[in-house]
Amino acid sequence: MSASTRLIVGPFNRVEGDLEVTLDIRDGAVAEARVTAPLYRGFEQILLGRPAGDALVIAPRICGICSVSQSVAAARALAQVSGADMPANGRLAGDLILACENAADHLTHFILFFSPDLARACYAERPWFAAARRRFAANEGECTRALLPARARFLHLLGLLAGKWPHSLALQPGGVTKAVDPAERVRLLAILAEFREALETIVFADRLEAIAALDTVAALEAWTDAAAPDQGDFRLFLHIARDLELDRLGRGPSVMASSGSFGLFQSGVWDGSGRVTPFEPAAITEDVASAWMAGSAAAPFAGLTLPAPDKPDAYSWCKAPRLDGRVVEVGALARQVVDGHPLARAMIAADGGGSVRSRVVARLLELARLIPAMEDWARSLRPGEPFCLAPGEPVAEGAALGLVEAARGTLGHWLTARDGRIDGYQIIAPTTWNFSPRDGTGTPGALEQALVGTPVRPDETTPVAVQQVVRSFDPCMVCTVH
Amino acid sequence: MSALAADDLGLAKALGRFGIRLLWHPSLSEESGHEAVAILDDVAAGRVTLDCLCVEGSVLNGPNGTGRFQMLSGTGRAMQDWVATLAAKARHVVAIGSCASFGGFPAAGGNPTGARGLQYSGGDMGGALGKGFRSASGLPVVNISGCAPHPGWVVETLAALALDAFGPERLDTLGRPRAIADHLAHHGCSRNEFYEFKASAARPSDRGCLMENLGCRATQAPGDCNIRRWNGSGSCTDAGYTCINCTSPGFESPHGPFQETAKLAGIPVGLPLDMPKAWFVALAALSKSATPQRVRTNAHADHVLIPPARRPAKLP
Repeated sequence: MSASTRLIVGPFNRVEGDLEVTLDIRDGAVAEARVTAPLYRGFEQILLGRPAGDALVIAPRICGICSVSQSVAAARALAQVSGADMPANGRLAGDLILACENAADHLTHFILFFSPDLARACYAERPWFAAARRRFAANEGECTRALLPARARFLHLLGLLAGKWPHSLALQPGGVTKAVDPAERVRLLAILAEFREALETIVFADRLEAIAALDTVAALEAWTDAAAPDQGDFRLFLHIARDLELDRLGRGPSVMASSGSFGLFQSGVWDGSGRVTPFEPAAITEDVASAWMAGSAAAPFAGLTLPAPDKPDAYSWCKAPRLDGRVVEVGALARQVVDGHPLARAMIAADGGGSVRSRVVARLLELARLIPAMEDWARSLRPGEPFCLAPGEPVAEGAALGLVEAARGTLGHWLTARDGRIDGYQIIAPTTWNFSPRDGTGTPGALEQALVGTPVRPDETTPVAVQQVVRSFDPCMVCTVH
Repeated sequence: MSALAADDLGLAKALGRFGIRLLWHPSLSEESGHEAVAILDDVAAGRVTLDCLCVEGSVLNGPNGTGRFQMLSGTGRAMQDWVATLAAKARHVVAIGSCASFGGFPAAGGNPTGARGLQYSGGDMGGALGKGFRSASGLPVVNISGCAPHPGWVVETLAALALDAFGPERLDTLGRPRAIADHLAHHGCSRNEFYEFKASAARPSDRGCLMENLGCRATQAPGDCNIRRWNGSGSCTDAGYTCINCTSPGFESPHGPFQETAKLAGIPVGLPLDMPKAWFVALAALSKSATPQRVRTNAHADHVLIPPARRPAKLP
């Protein structure tokens, strides 16, 4: 066996927040990876002792890109503790707000975070390089330049329904604070129509419904070849992915989970053998063996967050959540696999698990599924009927879990209230699942597993394939280290 | 992240109109890992000129002054050291958001991470760069506070710094650009008629004024949120929820719940800062007694129940 060399990679650009990856490289490939979250933020400590309702103000401020998802999780936890119900309009408007953030985040990932790596000079010899450079170059690429304005105008939906993005207080346990009038309902549909047109023209060069209907890898390949590579940035990506064999890069753990979303995507756990079992939050523990945290593995309701910066053998501020002791991947791919979308299932069957290609494809597939659903929800709004129910009894005592599917995967807030104040608040964010360090059994987290085998060229200090694997998860580190 | 939607263009393009080029941006630049560190090293060594250092997020001093709660990946150095190194080279230093300006939410509660702003800890001078800090331009840290700050504030402040002589007279007493801070979030609030008549919302989604019961601090909050609007046509109060005064130091730690108005003898504690209290109380009582039935009724509904009265059409 040849000697291994160690590479410490960071800072990672074009991920949300701070990330460092330590790689042991042998024979031109990653042999072992350790993922470090080098920032600790303390929100779980800051929330303690505050009036319970303040979680609606504080939790979204964990993150500037998953802010709505944090709001939804907090509102759902509070609603359960107080027994609040929500009228149909409140649910529809809340779903529109959350779906807007999810969809915008998927687009942001594709145009700003992932694709610029395909325009790097290291690919100058590839036949598609000129096209990739023209479309995907950071800041200057035509794709970014065309789609950032479209994304900004899509976010007008949040201006209308949530006042602003990020950090809204529109999402309450009993519904939303903003009632939509008939003119505003029309405006929502206009915003959605404009965004659909941008996606169908620039990203897909096809109808959203045609993308959502792709059902096999062969169908995806046929769609890729049905037009020239410059017909839609999704198609250009697929051509490049084929050449770079991104379907063989970044194989994640076999278990995938989703808490379900919008009543549109089913909840469950894909166990890798073709079965979907129920998603049981009670089976979740957070292990702290490799985290700079005191204490031992615990269920989130019993969990504590106490920094221990000098703990030996620890290497991250991120805890290691496990489901029934298993490492789990979450995100758009997991959601679509659990939901049973045929293309998502076909891709992980062909790739032997999640891959860089399948994660990127699943995000765009989900985008194509979300926008038509949002159009339906906007049409279903009933101006004049209630959007928010009066708060019931003030939150006093109790414990509840608020679960939501953020763009990046399953997010949970475990809230315990006493005397109307927050007595315990534990958060497991999507990237906490995906980028967790080793647990007490020494089992590496999802990204740590996915990085093993990634090729590294001798001259590389910041290996491009490693970056692609990392970014394929669309990590949000600021949520991770709340 | 709010700035990605700047002027419906995207940040890089919005700034490009003023000749501003991003040397490095963690979410937007191609350079990662060693390439990114090389850029920072070049600035630190004086090989590359840095016109403006923009810092987002509070600077963490903990644990025990080491800054280990916030290490810049790949460098083995605490962010507080990097910020000090780069700030010493920059012509201007700009804090983006209330965290970088004053400490923000990470400084709430017991401030578990030792979070500070660049020049302030809360409302007190003395953040990560020290109270006497001046950048090469002679200015203190320019504080574009807000949680989040409006993208327009970021673009216009950076453009103003790039365009012409920007003197200290253009900053308020807390280092905030006066172009923004000379306004109040209350200015242009669409609930204005309800405010005038003290017709107050009682619960979320009511159309009435949010000040009397639901904690709204817009009459004290610096910012032009309701004049320029967010994400197209939005604002906090327009979407039915309270202004939490997010542009001010200490906003993260109110005495009571965010969404309830603190009162003394039934009168809100947080009245407009420059209005004599007795006058406010007297005028409020007067306007309440004159509130039209339409305004009173609509204040407690989520849509208009009684439209404005119309004069009957004149007969010829």
